[in-house]
Order: sequence, then C-alpha cells, then structure tokens
Amino acid sequence: MIFGLPVISVTIWLPILFGILVLATGDDKNAPLARILSLVGSVLGFLVTLPLYTGFDKTTSNMQFVEQHDWITRFNIHYYLGVDGISMLFILLNSFFTVIVVLAGWKVIEKRVAQYMASFLIMSGIINGVFGALDSMLFYVFWEAMLIPMFIIIGVWGGPNRIYATMKFFLYTLLGSLLMLVSLIYLYNLTGSFSILDFHQAAIPMSAQILIFIAFFFAFAVKVPMFPVHTWLPDAHVEAPTGGSVILAAIMLKVGAYGFLRFVLPITPDASHKLAGLMIALSLIAVVYIGLVALMQSDMKKLVAYSSISHMGFVTLGIFIFNAYGLEGALLQMLSHGFVAGALFLGIGVLYDRMHSRQIADYGGVVKKMPIFAAFFMLFAMANSGLPGTSAFVGEFMVLMGTIKVNFWYAFAAGTTLIFGAAYTLWLYKRVMFGEVTNKHVEELTDVNAREILIMTILAVIVLGMGLYPLPLSDVLHASVNDLLVHVAHSKLPL
Amino acid sequence: MNLLANLIPASSEIFLLVMVCFILIADLMLTKSSKLFTYLLVQITLLGCSIITIVAHEPGVVYAFNNMYVADMMSDVLKLMSYLGVSMVLVYSRQYLMARGMFTGEFMSLALFALLGMNVMISANHFLTLYLGLELLSLSLYAMVALQRDSAVATEAAMKYFVLGALASGLLLYGMSMLYGATGSLELGAISDAISNGVQNKSLLAFGLVFIVSGLAFKLGVVPFHMWVPDVYHGAPTAMTMMIGSVPKLAAFAFVARILVEGLQGLSQDWTGMLIILSIASMALGNLSAIAQTNIKRMLAYSTITHMGFLLLGLISGGIEGYGASMFYAVAYVMMSLGAFGMIMILSRAGFEADTLDDFKGLNQRSPWLAFMMMLLMLSMAGIPPTIGFYAKFSVLHAIIQTGHVWLAVVAVMFSLIGAFYYLRIIKLMYFDAPESHVPIVVSSDTGLLITLNGLGVLFLGLMPGALMSICAVSVQQSLLLP
Repeated sequence: MIFGLPVISVTIWLPILFGILVLATGDDKNAPLARILSLVGSVLGFLVTLPLYTGFDKTTSNMQFVEQHDWITRFNIHYYLGVDGISMLFILLNSFFTVIVVLAGWKVIEKRVAQYMASFLIMSGIINGVFGALDSMLFYVFWEAMLIPMFIIIGVWGGPNRIYATMKFFLYTLLGSLLMLVSLIYLYNLTGSFSILDFHQAAIPMSAQILIFIAFFFAFAVKVPMFPVHTWLPDAHVEAPTGGSVILAAIMLKVGAYGFLRFVLPITPDASHKLAGLMIALSLIAVVYIGLVALMQSDMKKLVAYSSISHMGFVTLGIFIFNAYGLEGALLQMLSHGFVAGALFLGIGVLYDRMHSRQIADYGGVVKKMPIFAAFFMLFAMANSGLPGTSAFVGEFMVLMGTIKVNFWYAFAAGTTLIFGAAYTLWLYKRVMFGEVTNKHVEELTDVNAREILIMTILAVIVLGMGLYPLPLSDVLHASVNDLLVHVAHSKLPL
Repeated sequence: MNLLANLIPASSEIFLLVMVCFILIADLMLTKSSKLFTYLLVQITLLGCSIITIVAHEPGVVYAFNNMYVADMMSDVLKLMSYLGVSMVLVYSRQYLMARGMFTGEFMSLALFALLGMNVMISANHFLTLYLGLELLSLSLYAMVALQRDSAVATEAAMKYFVLGALASGLLLYGMSMLYGATGSLELGAISDAISNGVQNKSLLAFGLVFIVSGLAFKLGVVPFHMWVPDVYHGAPTAMTMMIGSVPKLAAFAFVARILVEGLQGLSQDWTGMLIILSIASMALGNLSAIAQTNIKRMLAYSTITHMGFLLLGLISGGIEGYGASMFYAVAYVMMSLGAFGMIMILSRAGFEADTLDDFKGLNQRSPWLAFMMMLLMLSMAGIPPTIGFYAKFSVLHAIIQTGHVWLAVVAVMFSLIGAFYYLRIIKLMYFDAPESHVPIVVSSDTGLLITLNGLGVLFLGLMPGALMSICAVSVQQSLLLP
C-alpha cells in the first residue's frame, strides 16, 4: 500500500495520470513545463514501484500485492492484478527506463514535446499493466493498448521511413494479438473465467493445446521477436526515435518472452513439450543466423537490432529447455539485455544527435573527440558480447549450463553466440571509435554532457553490479521459477 | 382489448406522428431565418418521445392491434437509442446544412418520418407492419438524398438508392407472400408456430426464406447485395449519409432479428448457412475494397459493409450470447459511425467538402483535440481496446466461439487485421503527415461538445462496457427468446 492505495494500481495509473497532465500543457510554448512535469511523473512512477521489491516475499510462488475487483461481470472479467517473481522485476525495469527515456529526450525532442513525453508516460503505465495483470482480458486490453503510443512515437518522431516501419510494427503485432484473443475466448469457454491462474488449472485436450500454442506463439513470438517473424524489428528500431528504440529493446521484447512464461508454458505444457524441438530450433537459428546477419550490417541501429534478436533467441532457448537454470538464465538475460541494449541504443542516440547519421561508414576515430563516451560505450559493447563481470554473462552462462544438461550440440550451437556476439560488437566498436578521422563532422564532435554522463553512469553501474553480484535479482526468481517448472512437468491433458 | 390498451404500447409513435405533422405545418408559417425554431421543436419532440417511451415501458412483452405490434424491452431500448441517434445527427448536421442552404423544415420532418418508420420496424410483430415501417423509412431516406436538387451526384445516388431499394422491397414482399402461402399467416408468432408444427410445402418455405434473406441482405447492405452502399454514401450530402449510415442500422438489426429469430427460428439451420456466406463475403470484400478508397465516405461505406458482416456473425451463433452480441454491435457501430461522419462535417465548410482522405492530413497540427477524438473513433472501428469497438468484436467472437465455429472466428479476426490497416491510415494521415490546408477549423460549441462526448463515450464504454452489454443481453432474452 502507498498512502492507502494498492501498489500495482498506482504503478499503472500514476504515469498515465501524469501523461494526461503533460498532454494538457498544450503546444511547444510550454515545452519546459512539459519536460519537468514528465520528469517528475517518471521519477515518481519509478519510486512507487520500489515497494514491490522491498515488500516482496521471496519464499512463496503465490501472487503478491493482489488486487481483485469486478469489472465486466457479464463475462466474469475482473480487474485482477498481482505479481510474482517472474513479473515483478519487469515492472521495476520498465518504470526505470521511463525515467531514462525522458532524460534522453530532454533536449533532442524539439517538436511536440508534450505529446512525446506523454506517450512514453502513458505507455509506461500500460506496460506495467501488462506485467501486473492476472486477468487475461485485462492483460489483453493493456497488451493492445501498448501498441497505440508506440505506433505514434515511431510515426511522428521517427526517421525517414517511419511510416512504413510503424505500420508494419502495428499490423505484425496485431496479427498475433488477434489470434491470441481467439484462444483466450476459447479458454474462457472451457473454464468459465478469464483469470490466468484458472487457465493454469484447466485440462485441455492435445489437439486444442496445439492450436492454442500456435495462436499464442504468433502473439508472443512476434513480440520477442523469434525467427522467422522478426522482420518488423529492424525496421521499427531503425526508424524509431532513440527513446522509442530503448523502450522497444528494453521492455517490449521482454513482454513477448513474459507471455511465454505466463501463458504458454503453464497453460499448454503438453503442447510445449511436443513442440519444444521446433522452438529450440527457431531459437538456435535466431542465435546463429541472426548473429551472422548482424555482422553484415552497415547501420548501427540495425546491427544492435539484429543483436537483440540474437540475444532474445537465447532467452527463448532457455525457456524451452524446461529446467531451472534455463528459466532463471532466460529471465536474467531478459533483464540484462534490457539494460545493455537500452544503453547501446542510447549511445547510438548520442552519436546520432550530433552527426545525424547511423551509418557505420560515416564514423571512425570518435574516441579522439569523445573519450568519455568511448569508455562508456566500451563497457556496454563488452556487456553485449557477454564478457564475464557484466550482467549479460550471468544469464548466458546459466542458459548454456541448462542447455548442456539437455543436449551438448544445442549448447554448442548456442555457445557460438559468444563468438559472433563479440565479433559484431567489437567490429562495430573498432569501426566507429578507432581508426583515423575521415569524416570532417567527426572532427567537430563534442563529448557527452552532464545529462548524458548521468544516464550512462547509472546504466554502467547497473550492468556491472548485476554482473558481479546477481543474487538480489536471482533470489527473487527462485520460488516462482520452481513453481513454473512444476506446472510444466505436470500434464494438462484431461484424464 | 379496448382501444386505449392498444394505444399505450404505440404511444411514443403516435406522439411522434402528431408532432411531425405539426412541425410540417408550423414550418410553413416560419420565415427562412427562423428555422432554428423548427430545429428546437424537433429536438423537444425527440426528448418527448424518449420520456414517453420510458414512462410507457411495461415489463414483459405487450402485444397490441391484434398482435401486429409489440412493445418489449428490446424495442424500447432500441427506440431510445434511435432518438438519441437522430438527435445527434441533427446536431452534427445543423451547421453543415445551414452552410448549404438545406437546413429546411423538409429535412427535419423527413428525418422524423424516417425515425417513425424505424420505430414501426422495431416494434413490428407482423409482416405487414414490418413492411410498412421499412417503406416509411426508405421513402424518407430516398427523399432526403434527393434534397440537394442541383447536385448531379446526389440525384444519381438518390436514383440508385431508390431503384435498388425498390427491388429489395420487391424481393422481401415476394418472400413474405411465399411464407404466407406456406404457413397461412403473416404474424411472426403464428408463422413460427406453423413452422414448428410442420409445414406441408417445404420447397415453398425454402424459396420464401431465400427471398426474405436476400431482401434483408439488400437492406443491410451485405455482399453480394451491397452495390448501392458505396455509391449512395458517396453521392449523398454528408448529413444524409450520416442519417442513412448510422441510426437505421438499429432498426435493421431489429428487423432481421424479428423476422429470422422470432418468425423463422424453425428454419435457423437453413438461414445460418446463408448468413455465414453473406458474412464472410462482406468481411472479405468490404475490407479489401476499403483499402483502395481515397474518398473517406466511400471508405466508411465499405467499412459499414464489413461491420454488418460482423454483426451477422452474432446472429449466426444464436442464443442470448449471439443475439445480445449483435445488438451490442449495432449500438456500438451507430455510435462510432455518428462520430466519424460528424467529424467529416465538422471539417467541411461552406463550399468545401472534407470527404477525401487527404483532408485529414495533419489534423493533429490543426486541431489536436479533434485529431484525438478521430483517433479514438478509428481505433474503435478497428476494434482496438480500450474502445467500445473492441468489446463489440469481443462479444461477437465470444458468441461464435461458444457455438464451436472457431474457424469462423479466425476468419473474422484475420479480416479485422486487414481492416485495421485503413483505419490506421487515417491516424497516420492525421498525426504523421503535414497539413495541406491551413484554414482554421471553426467548430460551433454544440458540435464541439457532441464530438467530445462521442469520442470520450467510445473510450468510456470501452473501459466500462458491462452495463450496456447486460442491457443488450437482457433485452434480447426478454424479447426474442421467450418460450
């Protein structure tokens, strides 16, 4: 409880409320006010999520901070919120990144500032709703509503090809969502309730499980994104403004993987086991093939976008090997990737704001002009390639441990990411940072300012902290992950 | 039954008829500049009708005039919605029509006559009453489209509407006569009884059903009987398009529900098959053609075709869930289409029709609030939560999945996905493109307030749809499914 109000509701509605307030400041005459108001809103939005961590009971896998009210009684739909170890950290992650995004857009966004900031604040609240919802219709409403601000963010503040990208983004994700809606209604007819926890108990015949699995697969795989439904992501990332890319990479991709953990595994465990081979194959293709694709990119944002897909392949691999190492590794990898990819996109944003180019070829020798920035970027590049001591290593290592228990060759294939990841990241770093200064614009670069240093420092501390001492995070996960494994091991076929 | 008891269920229609006659005569005495008085009188009439409908409401089902007329919860709810709808049409179109010199007593009295026709359709329990209501509605609408005499497009639209409408009425009448031949009655209840007791001439019944369904499909504007819809929507002045495209869908729902569900429930096996084909064809053709349109009125016409296809899905699934979902869909659709056409009229001004997609370019820069309202309306039409359009689609999908037609639900959502594209394109034009015109948008305070209420209503009912859903379900249960 915060001032007598339920915590999760506050984390959802406070940012939305501030978003509306920011919108009310009107046009760009009041931009400074809009900026300050959104900073206040996002910081408060982050602070109110902290009780979720401090008040969290690590010993139980039950839902905590539960709120349940009638919503649409005709369909037994409730306003039903709660978190467990799997979802709680993502609410914190999301609210944290909203602060970062507001800071990152502080000076860069000059047109329609209020609308930009408000979109992010409203989206932040909606995404918290996605992670907090325990009623599947509530989940679905948040899930779809999440698309609207992102659609506008990419479409209004994006790059030259933004309209194509944002349409593709919206329609791709809508395809999956609509199929998911059909399965949710099917499950409702089966159980008489829209509660996700009731779905977890439902007995479903194999044929139906497979169809439900496929529908959920489209919904969540598009968001993750898994090979071969990943093609929207590079377009969306490249065209999105920096803040949009950060939220996409840090949060939106995680929503898909979260969907697998919350819906697919516990509701259709038998179909999951049956189709695990396919999922592992797709994950490995993402890890290896997309890793190679990343190597060949000439656009920095595209490179990081493909690297995200490759890293998310690790996450889905960890999910579908069904053991504790894999699942916890996947969750830690998700968190870590949020920070690392977010930081990389912010770094690229720093360069783009100064040079207005994302082409690797336009850079070279940046380290001579921006040494502080180059140092930060080095750390994040290392983290992206999974160097021990950084956050990325922990998750990847655990997933590899889990995988090797299942099959050596899976682990072998997945392990190549450590090589490819290092290759494309370090090659990117070399081409951008080192070498002779060939472009006269690089000559005019100025190093990062105090605001950018602040953002980078916070992220650097977290990336290193998570890498050196992951216990406070992994501790939270244990109970829920073990409970999930019990669900997965348990056949849901009707007797 | 004495005369008075007969009159009470029809009291609001009688009041409406008296008032419209009075308005017609009173309007003759008024000068051109005092049409506002007529307008106020019309709005007061609508308010009066609503009050009478509420006061005269009786629980249960009340028949009158030898079972030719029925008053039940469904009819009362739909009538109240129609009053509200027509009232909104008049508010939205006042400025638009004034700028074009069409804000006349004729327009308003035709609108009220159309409303009377709808009320009769909604409350009819007999083929003749149904037909009477339908013709009163249709003839008023033909005349409304033709009101703009000096416009070739509008006259053409009126002509097309009239010829095809007459053809549809002919089909319907032919079907009714066959059913009369097969069952020996024109009253819906008696027909239903006759069918369940077994009818000698099965082929006559089947033929009658085919003609009836074709006639209904014409009136609803579903594929393959949709050809008139885009041309009429496009050609008619926007105020008339709004009148055709919104409120009468409530009456059309009642019309279809009364005939098929109340009268021909015994043949539901046969007509669901036909409706499935009509529904899929409408969703397919409507969505695909809408993509290619550059005129927003034409686009909304194809979108109507799609929505009607979706509405049929509810009838196909049957039961409280299905019929209730269809009714909810009809109400939601009317709300969204009123807003969308209202927006077109708000953006139009004297001598300028904002009816192409390009007229929406950069609306966010010209007027952020209107752009936001239009975005809500478009998202609602596309069925994206949290808007009422989502719950309309949701309840229909729920009904259809419950009956086991999961494949039909998948087909429907796939076509909604295609549909989402052209609604999103409007949002794209408003938010991402630069405006082509910088003429300031003048919104009178009443239209401004109404579009705000309309847009926020779509959002509010999307957040709290429970009450309206229950009202629809209860109405359907009490009216259509009584043993």
